[in-house]
Amino acid sequence: MNDAQNAANERPAFTLDGGRIPFTPGQTIMDAALAAGVYIPHLCHKPGSAPHGSCRVCVVRANGLELSACTTPAQPDLVVESEADDIRALRLAVVQMLFIEGNHICPACEVSGACALQAVAYHCGMLTPRFPQRFPRRAVDASHPDFVLDHNRCILCELCVRASRDDDGKRVFAISGRGIASRLIVDSPTGLLGDSSFSKDDAAARVCPVGAILPRRQVFRIPIGKRYYDRSPIGHVGDVAPRLDAEDVEL
Amino acid sequence: MNAPAPRSPWDRPGAKLRVATASLAGCFGCHMSLLDLDERFLDLVELVALDRTPLTDIKHLGPCDIGLIEGGAANAENVEVLREFRRNCRVLVAVGACAITGGIPAMRNNVPLAECLHEAFVRGQGLVDRGIPDDPELPLLLSQVHPIHEVVRVDHFLPGCPPSADAIWSLLTAVLEGRAVVLPWEQLHYD
Repeated sequence: MNDAQNAANERPAFTLDGGRIPFTPGQTIMDAALAAGVYIPHLCHKPGSAPHGSCRVCVVRANGLELSACTTPAQPDLVVESEADDIRALRLAVVQMLFIEGNHICPACEVSGACALQAVAYHCGMLTPRFPQRFPRRAVDASHPDFVLDHNRCILCELCVRASRDDDGKRVFAISGRGIASRLIVDSPTGLLGDSSFSKDDAAARVCPVGAILPRRQVFRIPIGKRYYDRSPIGHVGDVAPRLDAEDVEL
Repeated sequence: MNAPAPRSPWDRPGAKLRVATASLAGCFGCHMSLLDLDERFLDLVELVALDRTPLTDIKHLGPCDIGLIEGGAANAENVEVLREFRRNCRVLVAVGACAITGGIPAMRNNVPLAECLHEAFVRGQGLVDRGIPDDPELPLLLSQVHPIHEVVRVDHFLPGCPPSADAIWSLLTAVLEGRAVVLPWEQLHYD
């Protein structure tokens, strides 16, 4: 046994769906699983961003308790289930609620095929949103020259809030309201994106997992049907969809 | 008194199953995809007989085994047709994005109906005879477009815009053979 293997064996580990996942103290279940190449579905989690635990898509059962994998610290000998039938059913219901809460009309959406919400729903085998559609009346903010902010598609993951605050040092975005009235707001005198300090070069311009923060003029460079998650399941390729406007994406 | 005849060839092996289809608030894209079955359609008609569909032009369906519904419920006639299908079909399938979520027609749900009609028929560009149509033969619009499972019980859902012919084939063969409907990843699409 070589030194590397010895080192690996000395790391603490937990089990995930029967497999051993080594971790470094301080890592969450999600961090350790992703580092080990094991996919746990998630939407509000992004490696490098502060854990948030709001979308609940990463629900797992750890030692008998349903918890979000992205906020639960890994512990030695924890027994974690992610793909158990009842956990999958719970996760599917969470995804279905995300769909009916907003206006997610895939056939009319510019990011269809490059959308993490859609790809996670495919992973979960969602055939129907099941619950009554809420059809909320939400605005489209087309005030910015380079981006459109479509509130119909926002899932309140706060990735843009975190990126703008932590990476861009701007705090362009925040969540206002409580419960079903929660909504994404923009820091500008008019509340419009075009009057804010948001720029196409911001980190916050590249983190939206759905089509809510949408680059203008670029989105059909790659045709629908040939996009990132059209070609591979999210469980195989992970959650970082290349930008729709990237030129180096192979078709 | 004679025992009632079995309603379905599922009770009478060897006989053909009856299938009906309808397009409600849809674009007929799902029906086009059904035609994309191409030569598999020949295998299909060995197993099924078509009742009311846009292909047969039968106006009202009789007792059927499988009903395929494209499109959501946008007006009073859609609701009537949907209820007729539910009454007569043992298995009802929501086919395509509009039947399952309301789809593109449901994008009007963001706008009050009066405003929609006003924009289309009164304020719109290039109109000759301005005014909201009120012919009694026109079915009244619902205030919102609804997925069909909000109106009747639905047994299976086949997403896609449209679902591919392969996905339709997967669903039909599973239902005909009494298997659980499972779509492989390649066939599961919402767009």
